[in-house]
Amino acid sequence: MAEPKTKYDRQLRIWGEQGQSALEKASICLLNSGPTGSETLKSLVLGGVGSITVVDGSKVEVGDLGNNFMVDESSIGQSKAKCVCLFLKELNDAVKAKFVEEYPEELIETNPSFFSQFTLVVATQLVEESMVKLDRICREANVMLIFTRSYGLTGLVRISVKEHTVIESKPDHFLDDLQLNNPWPELMSFAEAIDLNVQDPAAHKHIPYVVILVKTAHEWAKAHGGALPSTREEKREFKELLKGRIIARDEDNYKEAIDASFKVFAPQGISTDLQKIIHDSSAEVDSNSSDFWVMVAALKEFIANEDCGEAPLEGSIPDMTSSTDHYINLQKIYQAKSEGDFLIVEQRVKNILKKIGRYPNSISKATIKSFCKNARKLRVCRYPLIEDEFNHPSLPALQKYLTDEDYSMAVGFYILLRAVDRYAANFNSFPGQFEGGMDEDISRLKTTAISLLNDLGCNGLTLTEDLINEMCRFGAAELHSVAAFIGGIASQEVIKLITKQFVPMCGTYIFNGIDHKSQSLTL
Amino acid sequence: MADSTAPQSRSRDLDKLLLRPGNLVGPNFDPGTEMRDDLQQYARVLVVGAGGLGCELLKDLALSGFRNLDVIDMDRIEVTNLNRQFLFRLEDVGKPKAEVAAKRVMERVAGVNIVPHFCRIEDKDIEFYSDFNIIALGLDSIEARSYINAVACSFLEYDSDDNPQEETIKPMVDGGTEGFKGHARVIMPGVTPCFECTIWLFPPQVKFPLCTLAETPRTAAHCIEYAHLIKWDEVHSGNAFDPDNPEHMKWVYDEAVKRAELFGILGVTYSLTQGVVKNIIPAIASTNAIISAACALETLKIASGCSKTLSNYLTYNGVEGVHSKVTEFVKDKDCLVCGPGILIELDTSVTLQKFMDMLEENPKLLLSKASITHHGKNLYMQAPPVLEEMTRSNLCVPLYELMGRVPKDILHATGTINNDNKKTSGLRKLRIVFKGIDGVTDMDMAGGA
Repeated sequence: MAEPKTKYDRQLRIWGEQGQSALEKASICLLNSGPTGSETLKSLVLGGVGSITVVDGSKVEVGDLGNNFMVDESSIGQSKAKCVCLFLKELNDAVKAKFVEEYPEELIETNPSFFSQFTLVVATQLVEESMVKLDRICREANVMLIFTRSYGLTGLVRISVKEHTVIESKPDHFLDDLQLNNPWPELMSFAEAIDLNVQDPAAHKHIPYVVILVKTAHEWAKAHGGALPSTREEKREFKELLKGRIIARDEDNYKEAIDASFKVFAPQGISTDLQKIIHDSSAEVDSNSSDFWVMVAALKEFIANEDCGEAPLEGSIPDMTSSTDHYINLQKIYQAKSEGDFLIVEQRVKNILKKIGRYPNSISKATIKSFCKNARKLRVCRYPLIEDEFNHPSLPALQKYLTDEDYSMAVGFYILLRAVDRYAANFNSFPGQFEGGMDEDISRLKTTAISLLNDLGCNGLTLTEDLINEMCRFGAAELHSVAAFIGGIASQEVIKLITKQFVPMCGTYIFNGIDHKSQSLTL
Repeated sequence: MADSTAPQSRSRDLDKLLLRPGNLVGPNFDPGTEMRDDLQQYARVLVVGAGGLGCELLKDLALSGFRNLDVIDMDRIEVTNLNRQFLFRLEDVGKPKAEVAAKRVMERVAGVNIVPHFCRIEDKDIEFYSDFNIIALGLDSIEARSYINAVACSFLEYDSDDNPQEETIKPMVDGGTEGFKGHARVIMPGVTPCFECTIWLFPPQVKFPLCTLAETPRTAAHCIEYAHLIKWDEVHSGNAFDPDNPEHMKWVYDEAVKRAELFGILGVTYSLTQGVVKNIIPAIASTNAIISAACALETLKIASGCSKTLSNYLTYNGVEGVHSKVTEFVKDKDCLVCGPGILIELDTSVTLQKFMDMLEENPKLLLSKASITHHGKNLYMQAPPVLEEMTRSNLCVPLYELMGRVPKDILHATGTINNDNKKTSGLRKLRIVFKGIDGVTDMDMAGGA
């Protein structure tokens, strides 16, 4: 039989061995094992998470057979946590699985230290009051937390972590780091040594566009007092200059040069996102600072002191039409500069570590190297406490969402999800949860929603009647497909948080199963 | 907060959506136990594919009130499936996906009946597909989607005002995933765009220029493709490369390493070799779960009307945060597949054989080795030999006679379509009009004949 690791091949191609290793070291706690919770955990278990603990005090009922794949006839009357745990263990026997037959609300109330043992808690189907309490507990204990909920055709996902820093953000589309607008001496010499006017047509069309652009930009700068093309007219002229060098129809390298000429016109220096990070107060480091911020402090110094205010060179180049020789040599030049920049940053990291009283080698070479390569793509995510968001949401944001057609249903559901919790606190059941009295429930929910909006300072804004009716129609139903969708989103976010790769969502994700105009709301 | 007074039903949660009236619902929504029970008893859904999406779809549909499902998949289970195709275990490796998936879901969800079909989608005749109310696709190739799309659209008939006839609309729900990205769409032939109408949505596959592979390789992928596409044939002429044969793959890897060394290129690994040669798409459980759930939800909405449906294309990207977007694409009225059909005007004397020759030459069709059916009746079948023999005599008969002397009608033709020198199997809808006949019979009656 094949070794077990082969089964992870398709996901290793996404997050690599390091990511997989982080997953395998993680311990996850699940609160409530209805379909929302169990479907969230399913993807994590399949992915090879280290251990899971399922917490649920309820017993399996007949109704659960209609929405939860992890229970069946033989489970009726048994602990739901136990049955779900058993099923999950079958999916991947490398995962350690435990269950605790207790209601999450009770654990939150009587045993908050229970949560400190976990890497991350997945809290599903909790009402506001419990969410706020759990949030405080996890923040205190520095345990990552993610809330998920399905409610009829809506639901939410919300991460709650004080700060999550990402080095390997791996964005879909990110400009390569060729520094054509700011070539360093070695790149200049390399380009200088190549004659663009070479006679041999084969050689002419195999000069890589990087060389073409560096030389042409240099020519231009010499003729324009050191400046690069900046006006529309100048940029057009620059492209004409390139076109003028083409001697045959099949010169792909020149076509590529023309297409890539915008890289010459690009402004020098770092992005506003990176500016924000290096000027963040956490970049003023001390002995409590995380490795990430120590490296940011070093990066800040690098940018300020090394020539031209750029981040360390990433070091790789995209494929381009070129002779093999030119391409390989060009690669070596970029790699050498990248290595050089890394060594400078490494030295600064060691100095800073010494200054704050830590061992200068306590951050590994590999980590610093990865940081340098990803310097232009760093991300910092911060999440307000749920309590703060509930008590003081951003009013301008709320108003903007309520009046934007693409957001109005999602924000309507956001408000209603809070309103139904208030309703339940007052009337001991969710609106529409039981048969009969629908009209009264609708009217009560409407009143509750309006009073909630008023409390938030949104006097005068209302939700549509249709949406309020719909929320009552849902009657707090936990539908399997909705739970599976939300569970999928949540599990993906958990993977990002644990592997520290890719960028987790900001704000609260509201699922809109009516027209699928789901949105992330930052409030 | 359980309601302990009423006896519990499995349908406890679904009932809220299916038994209660609402305002944001489908146009023909008729809430009640009758509708819910009809859904269970009569609704038939076909799931195409029992892989990453298919497994999830079967589970989601079984827990959405459907009792009659079929699943079709020609593949067997492999170890690399196990990180997301959760219905399969290590001991199932080698068994047919459709059969194991059906069995596992039926074991867990009492009352649901799933009929597995371990075969290619092209192996089923059109009648098979017409029996389903909705077709849900969990496929991983453009060709397969194109085929099913053509089949579903072949049922579509138009009235004399060129409006689609509702009872001939075969809805499809299509999902696709790749890493953290995916899409889900609803296709109502004749109403929304079909797969062909929006084929431009799928980016062309990356192909390296031959001269790069042969003369100026620069990357590890170039070295790999050189070994795979050029060197293999030079050394193994006649013996086709089999990506599933580990010895073949190892040979390609070794050759790629040699070439890379020759040119000073770094980065050739066995994993990369497999990835490039097999065009491996990275895949994880969560994205498949998300997209399938969206598809299953839409299937439920279409079948029951319990909510408004997705209109009509959802794209999803989870690389940076969570982003989804709904786009309402518009149908191409000249679409060769979901449109009223490719118009072919014929003399009443044209024989079936001559007609088939014309299909091959028609620039809109380029269809060779055609099999022709007329309202399910075989006019000529290329295979199997028994049927070919039985229908061979029709070849010299005028098509007008074979079609019952109607002035115009729809024919379906399956065969090999020559697309830019790439041959794929396909199905096309043909609108036949016979010249010189007084068109007394209109399209509606012709369709009912």
